[in-house]
Amino acid sequence: MGLIVDIRKKLGGFTLNVQLEAGNEYLALLGASGCGKSVTLKCIAGILKPDAGHIELDGTVLFDSARHINLPPQKRQVGYLFQQYALFPNMTVRENISVAVREKEGREETADAYLRRFRLTDVEHQRPRQLSGGQSQRTALARMLAAKPKAILLDEPFSALDSYLKYQLEMELSDTLKAFSGPVLWVSHDRGEVWRNCACVCVIDHGRSEKVVSMQELFRAPVTASAAQLSGCKNYVTIVPQGDRIQIPAWNAVLFCGQTVPPDCTGAGIRSHHVHFAEGTEENRLTCSVERVIDDVFETIVLLKIDGSAPDAPFLRMELPKEVWNAKQGQTSLTVTVSPQDILLLK
Amino acid sequence: MDWYPLYNSLRIAAISTVAVFFLGLFFAYYIAKLPRLVKGVLDVVLTLPLVLPPTVVGWLLLLVLGPKHPFGAWVLETFGTKLVMTWWSAIFATIVVSFPLMYRTARGAFESFDNALSDAGQTLGLSNTYIFWRIRMPYCRSGILAGMVLAFARALGEYGATSMVAGYTPGRTATISTTVYQLWRTNDDAGAMKWVLVNIAISAVFLLTVNLLESRERQAKKGGAAWV
Repeated sequence: MGLIVDIRKKLGGFTLNVQLEAGNEYLALLGASGCGKSVTLKCIAGILKPDAGHIELDGTVLFDSARHINLPPQKRQVGYLFQQYALFPNMTVRENISVAVREKEGREETADAYLRRFRLTDVEHQRPRQLSGGQSQRTALARMLAAKPKAILLDEPFSALDSYLKYQLEMELSDTLKAFSGPVLWVSHDRGEVWRNCACVCVIDHGRSEKVVSMQELFRAPVTASAAQLSGCKNYVTIVPQGDRIQIPAWNAVLFCGQTVPPDCTGAGIRSHHVHFAEGTEENRLTCSVERVIDDVFETIVLLKIDGSAPDAPFLRMELPKEVWNAKQGQTSLTVTVSPQDILLLK
Repeated sequence: MDWYPLYNSLRIAAISTVAVFFLGLFFAYYIAKLPRLVKGVLDVVLTLPLVLPPTVVGWLLLLVLGPKHPFGAWVLETFGTKLVMTWWSAIFATIVVSFPLMYRTARGAFESFDNALSDAGQTLGLSNTYIFWRIRMPYCRSGILAGMVLAFARALGEYGATSMVAGYTPGRTATISTTVYQLWRTNDDAGAMKWVLVNIAISAVFLLTVNLLESRERQAKKGGAAWV
């Protein structure tokens, strides 16, 4: 049971190549803009046709290029929440919902039930352009669920919203979907959003899907540089593995990792929050000079130039609470440290 | 005053507008989906009657419809009727010259359509026919209505091709435009003036309608979702 996707499709600059399986759970599709996330959803919904591959939902084949199966979107029973909700502008809220009820008999009664459940009874005769953001989303969700989907696809549901409204709608969306028992694919480029809502994640990088991993795994041990970037890591260097250490040519430094470094590792990532001031005798001490200080909303970002590093070497980015930085202010030379377990080894 | 030319002009324009409505929608909808090169070529061919002199269109039409040419001769033999010099012959002419106006405005309207709406309709299980008539058409309504009004006005004013395929027979094929020409030719200035005034009045009403529709369209576009 669940959703099985294995598709290829040639897009403008690259080929989309996605393999993933989702049980009855929330799976995040995380990737930069234009990496093929939305195209993947459209292929699953049947709006776009993959060049080759296989899509299966709860044992029903939706698409199979070898067997020439390509169910029209109408027969796939896949719910799709569009970015701007795509409510039908010429219909009232009630009509938007009742039109999606598949059984003709009892259609208005079913619509009534959805209007009540989604607190839309007061606005049932209004048109979409008269609705608030929250009402629009509830109408779109009610309409989608009224069509009795077996899987739900969410296409960057909050991309166009300001952060306060986004926060409210996100809570409401996840509350509503708790009652849904099928697979949910949640497309996003916002790591916080998927961390809060999804159990598993599939990173898509330039059209290629990586292995589905749990959300914790993505943040604790991202395997590739793109996964590390999407999880919010800001420092990257090329490395040479040396037993349980890594040599970083650009910084002219060697760091201890606390474990044997796999020989196929080519890079390392260090989260800005994992760079701390050295207090004495820790491992991995780096002396450096302050290159630039950026005052952010709640934190201070400090760019450090590591002593002895190459002229074009990347700066080490450090993020720390403002008061911690204020205590150090004025010093031009600092010693910082990175714990061995905080070094992300990347392929 | 014999009102036959007004009646004849109105029915010719009305029938050809209905025909052009369906033809224009059909081509506008399907051509939008074709590959770019084919689209470009077909676009030129379908818009050509808009810029060709009406006499050229009329001459080309006679090449098809004339009783001495294969198709016209076949119809005459099979159905016993000529395709030219009847009141409805003018409909062929008005369809050809007014089609591009409907086709181009409908295509413009369809291009501004938000495809997410039809995608949403499909995932909700709505049939493509339902989506076309109940979602796409209402969305593009103003543009399509404007196209129909333009096509009607153009059909009403058609002279060149009409006079070639339908001629001028008072009480049978006479239209407003051919009547004005005939009255002028026979030095009946007073009679011509009457029809000129009738024609100006009708055209003014139609242009006003087009302007009204366009301003409504603009307002509808302004009032999008307020919260985005």
